[in-house]
Amino acid sequence: MQLTNKAKAVNRSPLTLMERLYFPAILKGMGITFSHIFKKKVTINYPEVTRPFSPVFRGLHVLNRDAEGRENCTACGLCAVACPAEAITMDAAERLPGEEHLYREEKYAAKYEINMLRCIFCGLCEEACPKDAIYLSETFAPSNYSRKSFIYGKDNLVIPHPQNDPEGFARAKGLIQERKEKTKQQTA
Amino acid sequence: MLLAIDWALLLEKFILIALVVTVSMVVAMYATWGERKIAAVIQDRYGPNRAGPLGLFQPLADGLKLFMKEEIIPNASNKILFILGPSLAMLTALITSAVIPWGDKMEAFGRTISLQIADINIGILYVFGVVSLGVYGIMIGAWASNNKFSLMGGLRAASQIISYELAMGIVLIALLMTTGTLSLGEIVKQQQEGWWNVIKQPVGFVVFLICAFAECNRTPFDLAEAENELIGGYHSEFSSMKLGFYLFAEYINMFISSAVMATLYFGGYDIIPFYDESAWGLSTNTMAVLGLLALFAKIFVLIFVFMWVRWTIPRFRYDQLMNLGWKSLIPISLIWMLLTAVFMLLIK
Repeated sequence: MQLTNKAKAVNRSPLTLMERLYFPAILKGMGITFSHIFKKKVTINYPEVTRPFSPVFRGLHVLNRDAEGRENCTACGLCAVACPAEAITMDAAERLPGEEHLYREEKYAAKYEINMLRCIFCGLCEEACPKDAIYLSETFAPSNYSRKSFIYGKDNLVIPHPQNDPEGFARAKGLIQERKEKTKQQTA
Repeated sequence: MLLAIDWALLLEKFILIALVVTVSMVVAMYATWGERKIAAVIQDRYGPNRAGPLGLFQPLADGLKLFMKEEIIPNASNKILFILGPSLAMLTALITSAVIPWGDKMEAFGRTISLQIADINIGILYVFGVVSLGVYGIMIGAWASNNKFSLMGGLRAASQIISYELAMGIVLIALLMTTGTLSLGEIVKQQQEGWWNVIKQPVGFVVFLICAFAECNRTPFDLAEAENELIGGYHSEFSSMKLGFYLFAEYINMFISSAVMATLYFGGYDIIPFYDESAWGLSTNTMAVLGLLALFAKIFVLIFVFMWVRWTIPRFRYDQLMNLGWKSLIPISLIWMLLTAVFMLLIK
């Protein structure tokens, strides 16, 4: 009974003299390997060249600032609630008079930590954020010897300040913009 | 008596020996690099390219690594034999080069210098004798390790080498019938004037090549070590530079057997077949250098074939290896020897 057309009968007839001579097959094989010398190499020379990430790649998080360098995050905790891996913890604090140049909202995150070993890089925090504050970048966590070093605090997460490091700020903003456009394309 | 010794000749030969040994070592060193590069390009990769330009310092790094490794001599081993094994493998690999004519005569300091260390009239027999000694390096090393798996690896290597030496010897007899001499220098001179022996002895050359693969323990006959499946075979217990000697001896063997094949079948230092190069009217020294370069070009092509075959053909099973050796190659070489003899009788 034939179910598919994929079945292939095995040829069990004894080898012909040409096949038993073995040499033609060897020469053919050597021809194949020789032709491979001139083929394009598939290797990516890693540290110098990197494989491009897919457009939906989700890497390490960044915390956004606005154009004046104030942190966007208001410590509402929606990202922590959305996080299925419970990787995000934060302590909220009230903005004091005179700190308006540091924080955009009246409440801010005094401590904001993401455990990169728990994080599953799903991007739900990004979706949950109402303040445009958290984004996923296209980098991944570098390897390290201690577990503690994978708990990223605000010093690792917040993007550079526009006054101290205008170049870094512009680059981070550009990446965030790119990320927004890609997400828009995905959802559209 | 002392006065009778030609000190200049002694010095000349000494320098020549030092040169040949150094060149064999360097060629073998870069053969490891070449092998990795060729393996890489055949498999669509780049190969070593980190140490130096094109990865050219890779052999140096490998050698340094081997020297730095801890040297372990197993407690239960026979220490003298354990050290003798790799030394013998290296020694026999190197001394074969003594009878190979590396080039024509050169003239320097008012003397005629032969680029052959010793033009003995039984050159081929010498090569054969030394090559069969090579198997002792492997057997002694395997035996001295006092490890049954090493011993089995040594047995595999020894029986393989002995089996293939037979066919190799018989096709050489066919070759010797056409040349009528055992001296390698004489064989090259004949080929310079007439045809290259590969044209007269095509089947003989192919059999010789296959046997050379087996003698050098190269794929498809590398089941003595089977490095991608077993831990190593006869050199399992060896570490540091003693292991390095075994691995290195394989590459020197490859270089020397390529040189022997180039000399026996491809005209040695003859530059162009069917052509009398003396018509160019170049000086003796220039011709000798050109001949040397021609010989090395042939050797490198043959080494490339060794590697090309290695990265093409999978390893034989042990019974297939023995069947090929005893049931195919020996009858083929015997028939070839008879055919050569009959043909020579007829044209006489």
